[in-house]
Amino acid sequence: MDNIISKLNKAFESRVRLGIMSVLMVNDSIDFNSLKELLNITDGNLASHLKALEKEEYIGVKKQFIGRKPNTSYEATEAGKEAFNQHLKALEDLIKSTETDE
Amino acid sequence: MQDNLTHLDQLKEIRQIMEKSTKFISLSGISGVWVGFVALAGIAVVLFSFDSYFFTRYSDGGVFSVDKLLNYNDLNRLIRFVLIDALIMLVFAIGGAILLTIRKAKKKGLSVWDKTAKRFLVSLMVPLATGGIFTLILIYHGIFAMAGPATLIFYGLALINAGRFTLNDIRFLGLFEVLLGLLAALFLGYTAIFWAIGFGLLHIIYGLVMYFKYEK
Repeated sequence: MDNIISKLNKAFESRVRLGIMSVLMVNDSIDFNSLKELLNITDGNLASHLKALEKEEYIGVKKQFIGRKPNTSYEATEAGKEAFNQHLKALEDLIKSTETDE
Repeated sequence: MQDNLTHLDQLKEIRQIMEKSTKFISLSGISGVWVGFVALAGIAVVLFSFDSYFFTRYSDGGVFSVDKLLNYNDLNRLIRFVLIDALIMLVFAIGGAILLTIRKAKKKGLSVWDKTAKRFLVSLMVPLATGGIFTLILIYHGIFAMAGPATLIFYGLALINAGRFTLNDIRFLGLFEVLLGLLAALFLGYTAIFWAIGFGLLHIIYGLVMYFKYEK
């Protein structure tokens, strides 16, 4: 049991980070504001979690200008996708194992 | 058990976010009902405005087919009438659907005009516009009998295509529209009936199903 839990990735423990990765798994890229709206959280909260994922190199950041407005968009890196898939698998295994325990 | 529940919730939430971020889910079910009634009204207006053709042919035991109308002026008048009628219905139908969808999105606190809405509309409009232009070309060449079935077929294909970017159920509606279009092409002369079923009845059924399944 401990073994299975240890496979859960600490980087994805928060709901916000799970949310960010979920969005980036199914979208090529997404900008900050759309992400904020989807997850329904504040600027600061989102920014700090994005920073954390960026540090792990699970997401990549692309800054550009649309007209005169700066636009920041994010995408999942290969490493990020891999890590997230493993995390999902660990979650599934955990649920399966508790089901058979009962 | 407690752990299990939270992990299950996590998985559920992940699924929800994935769906929400790729699919246009604000499309209102009630707008389907609205579109259906608008279509039925539009078809009824044509039937009653030209009832002498429709109903005398039926009472003769034959079926109505515009191609069989010998009088060129009458045929012209009917085609023009149907085109204008269809255009007005389209404006009413789309306008109503947009208003109802905005209302639903506001109620749920979602933004209407986002990436998913754009993707949905583009994937809908490409086959639909192709079908519209193709139908006009058919009319231009005088192939009136195929114009009606073509609208159903292309509309159905457009829905199947756009289904990827909204709740999947709309693909079934698309499938039925295509099927009706093919039947209408096979059994010429019943276009008005196939239209009433495809654009009227099916929309109403679809709208009610969506409303009770997702919005109730």
